[in-house]
Amino acid sequence: MGEMSWSGRQGVAVPAAARAMSDPGATGRFGTYGGRYVPESLIPACHEIEAAFREAWSDPEFRGRLDTLLTVYAGRPTPLTPAWRLSHELGITLFLKREDLAHTGSHKINNVIGQALLAHRMGKERLLAETGAGQHGVATATAAALLGLKATVFMGERDIERQELNVLRMNVLGAEVVPVTTGSRTLKDACNEAMRHWVSSVDDSYYCIGSVMGPHPYPWMVREFQRVIGEEARAQCAAELPVGVPDYVVACVGGGSNAAGTFAGFADTTARLVGVEAEGGAAATFGRVGVLHGFRSLVLQDEDGQVTEAHSVAAGLDYPGIGPEHAHLRDGGRARYETVNDEEVVQALLCLARTEGILAALESSHAVAWVIRAAKSGEIAPGSTVMLTLSGRGDKDIASIKELL
Amino acid sequence: MTESLEEFLIARRGAGRPLLVPYVTAGVTPGWTDVVHAYADAGADAVELGFPFSDPMLDGVTIQEAAGRAIAAGTTVRGILKEVATLDVDVPLIAMTYSNLVVQRSAAEFCAALTASGLRGLIVPDSPLEEVGELADAAAAEGLDLVLLAAPSSSRAELREITERSRGFVYALTHMGTTGERGEIPEQAARLGRELKGLTDRPVLFGFGVSNPAQAAELAGHADGVVVASALMRKLLDGARPHELGEYVASIRRALA
Ligand SMILES: Cc1ncc(COP(=O)(O)O)c(C=O)c1O
Repeated sequence: MGEMSWSGRQGVAVPAAARAMSDPGATGRFGTYGGRYVPESLIPACHEIEAAFREAWSDPEFRGRLDTLLTVYAGRPTPLTPAWRLSHELGITLFLKREDLAHTGSHKINNVIGQALLAHRMGKERLLAETGAGQHGVATATAAALLGLKATVFMGERDIERQELNVLRMNVLGAEVVPVTTGSRTLKDACNEAMRHWVSSVDDSYYCIGSVMGPHPYPWMVREFQRVIGEEARAQCAAELPVGVPDYVVACVGGGSNAAGTFAGFADTTARLVGVEAEGGAAATFGRVGVLHGFRSLVLQDEDGQVTEAHSVAAGLDYPGIGPEHAHLRDGGRARYETVNDEEVVQALLCLARTEGILAALESSHAVAWVIRAAKSGEIAPGSTVMLTLSGRGDKDIASIKELL
Repeated sequence: MTESLEEFLIARRGAGRPLLVPYVTAGVTPGWTDVVHAYADAGADAVELGFPFSDPMLDGVTIQEAAGRAIAAGTTVRGILKEVATLDVDVPLIAMTYSNLVVQRSAAEFCAALTASGLRGLIVPDSPLEEVGELADAAAAEGLDLVLLAAPSSSRAELREITERSRGFVYALTHMGTTGERGEIPEQAARLGRELKGLTDRPVLFGFGVSNPAQAAELAGHADGVVVASALMRKLLDGARPHELGEYVASIRRALA
């Protein structure tokens, strides 16, 4: 490892298991956030899913099937890669949790295999999904094919243009991609349309939500399905680092699923948790309390309560809200949320590509951008250890990147 | 008019005719308040006013479009309330909006502002029974009737609780789906109407997909009346004038007798 220092700081006390990131109970509340703000028509479906998930999650057979699929199909565990050259450049020790190496190219597959197995167990025939960057749509189309289910994916027209490659992938996998032409024609509107569709097809369709959002039990269930990222990373860090736990744990935040899964593995440690949002979609930083897509959280909105459009080079971060548990972690100070702008993101993407030979997704590059900035400014002290979840690979973004260069 | 929405509707029902509640999105056109007058003159028993929201989860294309137009035209909650306060109609007005507009300040403030402008009822389609506690208390404290929705998917126990806790009337959904015109009335509507009528004396009104006079009449036969929204808003979006909307409401009124 050349001249790099891999020694962590000694003598940092790890607190007893924090209560953070546990079961939100029957009401699905994380502090004052969360809940189940959906039409009465969907309430029985939410109850049914919650009961099915609780039962499945404590059923060794279900857990075994999920573990097996994650291993033999999705490619878990994903490696923890030391970013040798970038670490050297920044004077820190940076590890990358490589969700970009999971099947279909992002962390989304972890959650989707879990939910698809659940839908199958519940006897549903079709998965409904919304997608922004297309990664969740691709994962859903993939899991549907794997389990012999149908898939219908709602996607904003603007995102369809930006993420052509993923639309093609979904089509090839046999999913129906439905263009959404309302509102900002991005992820927010795809969510609305998926919800509307769910109301009218709840008997045979399962709504496979792509992040830690939506009505209870989704924010909790999706975090539990993504917890595998954090747990693997925790064990991998324990093996790599003398002190066992990194100083910082960093992940990008759209709805917040890869961050929630990552944080779940470190919530009861001394690691500082940092979620990185797109400046134009930073609900944790600029949002106010609101109710959107079935949950109460922080939402970007105008004075009157009209939800505003989020803007980011990364389609997957174009979301005006944030998962309710993140709002709660922020309020309690357990995690902090930072923003980076599009320019920093593109630079970070190039920097990682050229120092490490890893082409990260634009979404993931937000996390990289913050680490670069914070290490250069000294906010991350020299010699610190940082564990960053690289949520996905950048192949899908290559056309956008070409335009940005 | 000093009685509550519920007292008003019960009195009207007592006169022996089915209840008719037409809808308009506030701010959808500059003269939208004329639409309210036209409805009242055409024999409406109450008027539902949509407070437009950017992400109307339970609305189909027509009402989404109306909300989008209203917001683009600069419609705000405060602006609507100001206009409503100057409205002089002899039937109760009911606000319909989504949770996000309600929680902007607090449920208590929102309800107080509605009553101060003369509104009598409130419908929040994304605030189901299990989330409605604080809002129900706030509405009750203001004497504002919070109308709850009952769905074809609701269990009998849920229907019982909805009929107990709803005020003004019980809003029965004709089908599992969003607002919007529909060709036929699903069989489940009749079943839901019967079940709700068996559980409560409160008025039960059907809404969602009531598209023409004949459907209105058929549905009213299974409950106490109907709410008509998308069919009217489609005409308005296509350029119909307030008096033409009034004439359509009058034709539904005649069909209901
Ligand atoms: C690669 C990648 N990373 C991150 C995200 C953001 O989602 P979340 O914050 O839910 O992990 C997305 C969403 O599409 C994505 O595709």
